[in-house]
Amino acid sequence: MKLTSWGKYPLIETTLASPANEALALAALEGGGALIGRGLGRSYGDSALNDHLVLSSLRLNFIESFDEESGVLVAGAGVSLAEILDAFVPRGWFLPVTPGTKFVSLGGAVASDVHGKDHHVAATFSRHVEWLDLWTPATGLIRCSDTENSDIFHATAGAHGLTGFILRVALRLQKIPSAFIKQKMVKTGNLDAIMDTFERYAGLPFTVAWIDCLQSGKGLGRSIFMGGSFAEKEELPARYRLRPYQPPSPKALAVPFDFPSFALNSFSVKAFNAFYYGKAPKELKKSIVSYNSFFYPLDSIHNWNRIYGRRGFTQYQFVLPKETSVFGLADILKTIAESGQGSFLAVLKLFGKQPVFDGNISFPMRGYTLALDFPITKKLFPLLDRLDAMVLECGGRHYLTKDARMSGEVLRRGYGPALGDFLAIKKRLDPEGRFVSLQARRLGLV
Amino acid sequence: MATMLILGAASDIARATALAFANDGWDLILAGRQPEILDKIATDIALRSGRRVKTAHFDALRSEEHAVFWQGAEEEVSALFCAVGLLGDQEKAQADMDQATAILQTNFTGLLPILSLAANTFEKRGRGLIIAISSVAGDRGRASNYFYGSAKAGLTAFLSGLRNRLAKKGVDVITVKPGFVATAMTADMALPIKLTATPKQVATDIVKAARKKHDVIYSRWFWRYIMLIVDHIPEKIFKKLKL
Ligand SMILES: Cc1cc2nc3c(=O)[nH]c(=O)nc-3n(C[C@H](O)[C@H](O)[C@H](O)COP(=O)(O)OP(=O)(O)OC[C@H]3O[C@@H](n4cnc5c(N)ncnc54)[C@H](O)[C@@H]3O)c2cc1C
Ligand SMILES: NC(=O)c1ccc[n+]([C@@H]2O[C@H](COP(=O)([O-])OP(=O)(O)OC[C@H]3O[C@@H](n4cnc5c(N)ncnc54)[C@H](OP(=O)(O)O)[C@@H]3O)[C@@H](O)[C@H]2O)c1
Repeated sequence: MKLTSWGKYPLIETTLASPANEALALAALEGGGALIGRGLGRSYGDSALNDHLVLSSLRLNFIESFDEESGVLVAGAGVSLAEILDAFVPRGWFLPVTPGTKFVSLGGAVASDVHGKDHHVAATFSRHVEWLDLWTPATGLIRCSDTENSDIFHATAGAHGLTGFILRVALRLQKIPSAFIKQKMVKTGNLDAIMDTFERYAGLPFTVAWIDCLQSGKGLGRSIFMGGSFAEKEELPARYRLRPYQPPSPKALAVPFDFPSFALNSFSVKAFNAFYYGKAPKELKKSIVSYNSFFYPLDSIHNWNRIYGRRGFTQYQFVLPKETSVFGLADILKTIAESGQGSFLAVLKLFGKQPVFDGNISFPMRGYTLALDFPITKKLFPLLDRLDAMVLECGGRHYLTKDARMSGEVLRRGYGPALGDFLAIKKRLDPEGRFVSLQARRLGLV
Repeated sequence: MATMLILGAASDIARATALAFANDGWDLILAGRQPEILDKIATDIALRSGRRVKTAHFDALRSEEHAVFWQGAEEEVSALFCAVGLLGDQEKAQADMDQATAILQTNFTGLLPILSLAANTFEKRGRGLIIAISSVAGDRGRASNYFYGSAKAGLTAFLSGLRNRLAKKGVDVITVKPGFVATAMTADMALPIKLTATPKQVATDIVKAARKKHDVIYSRWFWRYIMLIVDHIPEKIFKKLKL
């Protein structure tokens, strides 16, 4: 069958298997041959694709236990973050870390070791994982955690499926005072101002900014900063105070067909400008919004990736160490603005400290990360090659879950010796290199 | 809170519908032939919904056990939802009466004892709800699945009669006719994507029908119109179609 991921590029011919239970999944794993795990296909590029066999976790979708004391939830790798929210927000629990969409699987969240708006206080998803059940060719089914088979655990978080197949995840949820966020928005006129704003609001658990990539000169880095924290019950408007865990449900919109390519940009430009030039004061305090609109603004438009049309798109996400961020980001933003190719809006975030473990290749490091969408065109890849060089020069690196085109050399230089340590563990767990994605092959990881 | 008994609860459609009913406030008894899977589903639904969910053993082919089974559940149950079904192997059934009988029993005759027992209890009580999944395949027989189709046609007619009998007795009877649904039953078939529902969509339709006390629903809704057309194709033409 034909298969692709969120960026709709590449589109390949392959076999997708969705075993209905653990025994069938183990049989498929023990069957031999090349394969890669897959969840909800929200990675943008080719990390969940393989032309031989793609093994889906989606039918391993049982919630198995929940401990009201510790907040530890045990569930199959195919359970989505959206399902966890549906079940546990009404009882006052939330995810410890969430990406910008809730339509990702537990397995995918671990495999990409995803980060959220709270990276500066909570680090990545795997830091909140109590343990995993993983299958690897060398060990068979094995439980691993920070304390048990920790080398395997650390190599698996962020490995993009290359160490084995995740069957089950034990995740610690966090208790919340309500399902609403106290949101703060700040308009900032340039790069210095947005960086100051991130520092000033570092005490807030959730921070992120939309940055206007078409600006150069004085307005370079013009942004809207958004910070937030969960609202206490007493802070809610009266109509929500009685039911603090039941925010109004988001209205679903669907994009019914592949849009012509220009639509999304004009859509987001309007929203950004409406706010930026609107009457709102420079610093907007205390708007109370539901968790859905704060964390998942795009999820209410199903299949928004179709807005980019049939050719597909790619997301380019990198992180620069904090020391080089000021100059590095300025140069990179200038290059993008001059190329006239970038998406109008990009997401900027200041990562906090990321714990370091042997063999771990999770993406974040302390510093600024920028994520932007590019529609796929002929002119795009040469531009991205130039950006790659600039990122490396600053000591930065790229996020594999967004990547569909980088070279092995760029990956190696970005991740440095950690990559070698990772590959050594991969070799031990998977000596014949059975777990292989198109991305891993392109990057020379197998 | 009211308890619903679900037969054939391990099916994909039943699992999704069970969760939707639990989220709507029902406690559940999940009945079927595979205790291990039923236990997993029960734990999952209880954790997701916060409702009470139990399991029980039920086999449609052992109708001699149904009276005892119903006695055990009767008191606490105020609604019955039957999702039992077997597509079977049409070609095999044409030559092998055992296969044909299995299809007929699982989809039709094997369900009549339990449906009747529930109907009698609910009638006496003066209230109750019976929901059963039939199929659009029961609306008109086709070469590719007429054993299944005729069994479902029988079930549809039975439910229609039951509804007619119980309408004045405070008991609602709902016939659910799904079109194509992406489940274990159809995993090996190449179904047209635009016409194929997810189990969750069917579940939403069923819970809505139960709330609004509909009589016969198609899921998704457009199958009502597809079947209206199919029903009106003259037999002279219909018999020559490859269906
Ligand atoms: C709108 C949007 C916003 C996003 N925002 C963020 C963000 O803020 N932060 C962030 O970090 N990411 C973000 N992402 C990326 C997304 O969180 C990751 O790509 C995530 O891994 C997707 O999960 P999935 O279940 O869809 O996995 P897939 O896309 O199916 O797979 C992703 C990777 O996980 C592996 N994998 C999946 N399941 C298993 C398994 N059971 N065992 C082993 N390996 C497995 C695959 O091989 C692949 O390498 C965003 C994506 C979108 C579309
Ligand atoms: N999928 C479709 O496209 C579609 C379309 C129209 C109608 N339907 C109907 O929808 C219902 C649910 O089917 P599904 O698609 O979800 O497929 P399914 O998973 O095959 O469901 C069939 C269910 O019936 C149960 N069952 C079979 N024989 C039984 C018996 N003797 N005693 C008790 N239970 C028995 C099965 O239980 P076990 O797990 O023990 O086998 C299973 O739970 C069925 O009535 C089916 O006919 C389906």
